Formats: sequence, structure tokens, C-alpha cells
Amino acid sequence: MKSPSARFAIYRKKSGAVLIALQIAVTLAILSNALELIVDRLSWSARLTGIDEANIFFIYATSVDKPPSFAALTSSDLASLRSMVGVVNAYATNAFPLEGGGWSMSADLEADQTTPSAHISYYFGDEQALNTLGVKLIAGRNFTASEILDRDGSSTPPATNIVITRALAQRLFPRGDALGKSIYTETKDPSPIIGIIDRLQGPFVAATGFMSTFTENSVLAPFRPLGDSSTYVVRTKTGSLSEAMKAALDKLEGINGSRIISARSMPEVRARAYRSNRGLTLILGAVAFILVAVTAFGMAGLTSYWVAERRRQIGIRRALGATRLAILRLFQTENLLIASSGVLVGSLLAISLNIWLIDRFEMVRLNPTYVVGSGFVMLLLGQIAVLLPALHAAQVPPALAIRGSQIS
Amino acid sequence: MFGYYLDLALRSLQRNPVLTGLMITAIGFGIGTSMTSLSVSRAMSGDPIPEKSKQLFRVQIDSWGPDKRGERNEDGLDENLSYIDAMALNNLHAAQRQTRIYSTHLNARPTDPKLKPLGIVVPAVDSDFFPMFNAPFKFGGPWAPSDDQEGNPVVVISRKLNDQFFGGVNSTGKTFTLDGDSYRVVGVLNDWPLVPRFYNLHIRPYGQIDEIFIPFSRAIKAQAPATSGMSCQETTNASFEGRLRSECLWIQLWVELPSAADVVQYRTALNNYSADQQRNGRFHWPPHTQIRNVMQWLQYRHTAPNELGLLVLASFGFLFVCLMNAMGLMLARIIGRTQDLSVRRALGASRSAIICQCLVETSVIGVLGAILGFLLTLLGVLAMRAALADDFASLTYLNAKAIGIEVSLAIIATIGAGLYPTWRAAHVEPALQLKAE
Repeated sequence: MKSPSARFAIYRKKSGAVLIALQIAVTLAILSNALELIVDRLSWSARLTGIDEANIFFIYATSVDKPPSFAALTSSDLASLRSMVGVVNAYATNAFPLEGGGWSMSADLEADQTTPSAHISYYFGDEQALNTLGVKLIAGRNFTASEILDRDGSSTPPATNIVITRALAQRLFPRGDALGKSIYTETKDPSPIIGIIDRLQGPFVAATGFMSTFTENSVLAPFRPLGDSSTYVVRTKTGSLSEAMKAALDKLEGINGSRIISARSMPEVRARAYRSNRGLTLILGAVAFILVAVTAFGMAGLTSYWVAERRRQIGIRRALGATRLAILRLFQTENLLIASSGVLVGSLLAISLNIWLIDRFEMVRLNPTYVVGSGFVMLLLGQIAVLLPALHAAQVPPALAIRGSQIS
Repeated sequence: MFGYYLDLALRSLQRNPVLTGLMITAIGFGIGTSMTSLSVSRAMSGDPIPEKSKQLFRVQIDSWGPDKRGERNEDGLDENLSYIDAMALNNLHAAQRQTRIYSTHLNARPTDPKLKPLGIVVPAVDSDFFPMFNAPFKFGGPWAPSDDQEGNPVVVISRKLNDQFFGGVNSTGKTFTLDGDSYRVVGVLNDWPLVPRFYNLHIRPYGQIDEIFIPFSRAIKAQAPATSGMSCQETTNASFEGRLRSECLWIQLWVELPSAADVVQYRTALNNYSADQQRNGRFHWPPHTQIRNVMQWLQYRHTAPNELGLLVLASFGFLFVCLMNAMGLMLARIIGRTQDLSVRRALGASRSAIICQCLVETSVIGVLGAILGFLLTLLGVLAMRAALADDFASLTYLNAKAIGIEVSLAIIATIGAGLYPTWRAAHVEPALQLKAE
């Protein structure tokens, strides 16, 4: 009983053992990579935008017939929104966080730069924008009402003052002296930085690719957009979001009825933005889960067959003095050996699969703890899977050895 | 003989229902999962227009020069053309058919005052667009080339919009208002499952077909601004007139080139145009142009989301594990039945008879696994539809072809997994096993 070949029947059941080890290896490779991706995507979609999400909604208003003055219409829209009960503040914008599409451009330190210093999301907002969004000004000052320029699409006025996010400030001015410096964005005119806000995410939601590289780099420019399509950001008092949203629609309808008006709350915007992301994560999670289950059942099935096949041998062992625990241990150890080799191969497979996936699908780099964790799960799973058949084996009576047994 | 084997197979499968159940479940889940992800992926990365995808080309030209390249494409080319180049290349008439495209946002108001107006993204295209992309018409047809030249207010609408605005009747000749101007309906499209919508990948590429198409020249005449894909280096003059004269990139150009000779000819014409621009001083770099057919374009734009590729990969890994699993179980069954088999061998069954018997058995498991897999695929597709955003929902459908692939995959995979166990079974020695008893 010294050499393992005498002890473990796996050497006689090579193909079965190889199949189990292979299953474990492939399962481990898929499981660890799936875990990595799921965790990555869930944390991506859990990121906060920096705005007061629970109390903000957006209104889209599109004029079908041209009004006498877009400026007058927007002014009266905003005035009545701001005066509503339950509304804290409102402003007109070109885009908002997680909307899915918006303005992006490069930000430069010099007027004639060929390679951009940073990429940014470009938001329009007036002096009420910071208060409406509920973002925190950490340095400098807000816009004043007199600094706000109207933009009707016919020309591109230079942004005389801008407010930027902390992330962008750190990227452009690592020494922390961004305030008062100028950057170049939309035009060839310098835009002095007058204020820095804590956080304001961009409108783009893709988790991979170019657009995902600058989500925290946002610039707020002192513009009020005018045109046949208006977007208003409205912040409400806590708890009055849904009523205020309904009331606001009626209000704007009352100001000018020949418009197509709709509203969406920030929680809805968030859910919509990440719906596909979450869906795919969920499906991938389900696939990984079923995969693990199938592997476990496969191991249990094969082991119970081995037990059935070796009943007589087990009986002889028992007759020769092996305890029940020894029989149990035999099968558990057998599985541990097979599973360990599977885990070993699987870990290598997981890492090489990850390298290939990074190259081919912009996959995230695999955290080694997921490999180790998944490997541990596979070993544990193997032990659980063979427990029932092994217990069956331990129940084989020693008397079986002397009967001419039949394999059932 | 087959009937007898079938009978034997069913008996033997019934003898160990748990094991049989495990095998069928493993195969069913493997097939179900991989078919679900494959059906979605096929729709998302599939050929939207298989009969012509190799003849339709998107034209690219480097009009910004090597120093100022777009951020997104590896080859340094931007996807769109400037108005200057789009017009000039269109006037070359170097292709059999060609269409310029850009998307604008218009407000549509039906004549019936009871109906609600709607704001909508409208592709502005040339009349060739419809025959080029095999647009199916229910009523009427494309507008005339003269409408292209004159920029007339004519419109082609979808079946859905025709139902909405005109109650589904033949509306050709009727009018409705787009941004204040009256447009005459010349054609109503039939259902047009163009997925992905390769001519506009920026806005809901997997969504339904656009509802309104207007002539490109009309959109320019009406100064309808582009809603997406506008890429500029300098925006000192953002007026519409200024855009037309600028180097801003916002217009697509698609050409139809039926033969390889046409392709070569077009490439030459394109390079010659670019060289001319260099000669007259507008470009300061040698010609850098490209034309890509539909599938090359989808690949180039990385249309299908990466997660989907990962899912397909995971699903096939899953199928592999399931087959390994089933193979292990089959092997176990064969080992468990060595006595049975050796008795059959001793009684005169040939090796090929044993092989036949095993193959029939695995086929039965394969068929049952396929049935389960099919049911799971249906479930999976429903789950996909629930989990993914509406835009993707239109493509999670199953057709007869997919089901055929599914069933044959299940059976072939099962038989494949059963080959080794079968081979083992066929080598059971008759005498040896009898002696052992």
C-alpha cells in the first residue's frame, strides 16, 4: 500500500480522471475570468455621478412651431420651473451625466497643440447649474449671472470662464495650481479656470473603449443653450421628485403647448444607462453559475459510478480491516488529487485566456485572487460533490467481499 | 436492426435514470446556453444585407492630414467626409450607384390635427439609397433623381409611420409637415429588418429602421443641422453655411461596386482625387484613402459589443465542459456494462454491432439533449430579451435555420463525445470477461 498506484484506482480509470480534471480546468478558467468581468462591470455601473441623483429630473422640450423668441421661451420656462413648489433650482443644458450622448472634445494647455492634453465632456450651464446639480465647489467661485452667454447654434462664442472637475484639474495641473490658469477647448481663445468642483461625471456610459477613458474629466462652460430642442435639469426637495416632475410637464405645456415635452428622472436615466451592462453581467453570472453546477454534478455522477463499480473491492478492503472513515477518505483524497491537477492546469488556462481576451476583447486584467479563489471553490466543490457517493461507499458491508458480487 | 438497437438503448437508459438524466441535462444546458448566446451574437455581428454586402462600400479619405488624426480609428482615417469631399466625390460618378448620408433631427406634424407631432431623427439620403440597400417598398418607390438635383420636399416613410399618420392606407401623394415645411410622400417602406443598421451605427444600431427619409439635397437646402457624428478641428464659424465650407467631417458616402474591376477603378479614382487635392494645395500629404464593404465596416467600427464576444466564448467553454461531462458519464456507463457487453460479444455480436448499439444509444441521448437544449434556448432568448435594453430586443429571435443548427449540433456533439466510450466498449474482450466471473 505504499505506492499510490496501488492505492488509487484513478490510475486504472485514467480517462475518467482526465475528463474530470479537464472539466475543472475549463470551468476554473471561465469562472475566474467571468468573476473578474462581473465585478469590474458592477463597480463601473455603481460609480456615482457626483450630482444629487435622488432628487434630479430632466425635461426635454422640442418646439414644433418656431416661437417668436427662443430666449424668451427658455427664460419663462426656467423662471416658472424655479418658482414651483418642491423645486430647488433648474437650468438649461446641452447634456447631463449618463445621458448616453453629449459633447466631447480635447482640452489643451497651448492654443496650437497637435496632441491633446486631455479629453473632456463639455457641459453648458448658467450660474444656477452648480446648485441645481448639487455638486460641491471645492475651490474658486461659481459663474455670475452676467457671465452667461446665449448660444443659439449660429456662432461659437469663446468660453470666457470655466469650472472644471478635480480629476481634470489634477490631470492638467498636477502641481495643484489649476485655479486661475487657462486652457483651450472649443475655440482658440483661452478659457480661465475660475472654479473647481469635486465631481461631475460625463454623459457617456460605455465601459470600454475611448469614450470610457475620460468620464471624470468634465468642463462646465457659461452658456445657456437656445434652440428648438431644450433640455432642463431640475432639482427637487427630498421626496417630491415624482410630483414635481408631473407638475413641471403641465407647467411647460401651459407656457407653450405646441411642443413635444417629456421628462425622465435621474434614477431612470441611471437604470437605462446601465441596463445592457447589467443584463450582460447577469447572463454571464448565470452561465458561470450553471457551469459550476454542471461540473459538480458531473463529478458526483462519475464518482458514484466508480463506487458502484468498486463495491467488491471496497468490501475486501473493509474485510481486511479498513474503517469506514478510511474508505471515505480514499474517495475524498482521490477527488482532491484529480481536482488539484485540474486546478493547476486551470489556473494556467485562466491566465492565458485572460491575456488573449485582453488582446481581443479589451478584457480587464485578471486579479490573481480570483484565480486562487475560484481554484479553492473548485476543490471544495469536488469534495462536496463526492461526499454522497463516498458515504455510499463507506456503507459497503465487509461481507460483500465473500459474496460473488454483481455490479449493478 | 435499428429498431432493436433503439429498444436496447431505451432499456439501458431506463436502467439508470439518474445517470441518463444527468447526461441529458448536461448536453441540454450546454446546447441551450451556447445557442442562446450564439443566436444573439449572430444577429448582432451578422450580415445585415448578405446578398449585397460585398458590393456596398463606405468611402474614407484623409482630409485632415497625418498630424491631426481622429482619436478612434487605428488607421488614422475618420469615418466621415467633409461636405467639400462628399460633394466632389459624388460628382465624380465613379460608382454605379452612390449615396451621401447624414442624420438630422426634424419635427414631424401630421395633417390630421388630432394626431400628436413627433420629434425624430431623419437620415438625409440620395435616391440611390433605396435600390442600393434593397429597401422594400409597400407603396410607391424612391424619389426621382431630379428631386435629388432640385432638393424637393419629398419623403419616404416607414410602414409604422404610415400606420400612425395615415392609418395604413396608400399615402403616396399625401403631405405632412416637417419642421414647418410641407413634404409629399413618394414611397412607403415595408418591414425592413436591416440589423445592424450599418448606414447609421451611431444611433441605436440594433433598433428598428428609420421612419422618415428625406433627400440629402433637401436637408442641405433646409439647413437641417447634423445630429451626430460631427467632427471639427476648428469651430470658429458654426453657422450652417460655415459648416459647408469647413473641413468638419459629418457626411457618409456609400458606393455600389458590383465587380472587382469596379472596385479597382473606384480606388484609383479616389486616389486620383486625393492626389488632385494635394496638387492644388488643399492636402499637404499623399493620398490616404480607403473603401470598406459592409462587413469590413462593421468590423472596423467594432459594432458588436465586446461583452457579447465574451459571452459566446464562455458559452462554448460551457458546452465543452458539458460534453466532457457527458463523455465521462458515458464512459462510466460503458465500464459499468462491460459484463453485459462481453456476454453479447460472447454470444456472437460483432464489434461493429456493439459500435452500432452504442451509437444508437448516444444518438438517443443526443436527441433528448437537443430537445431540452431547444427548450432552454427559448428560455434563454426570453431571458436575454428581458435583460438587455429594448434596442437589442429586436434581434433575439429564433428562426428555423437556428433551430436546425441547434439540433444537429446537439446530436453531432453528443456522438462526438460518445466516440471514445464507444471505442472502449467495442474493445471489451468476450472471453476475458466471462472468465472473470
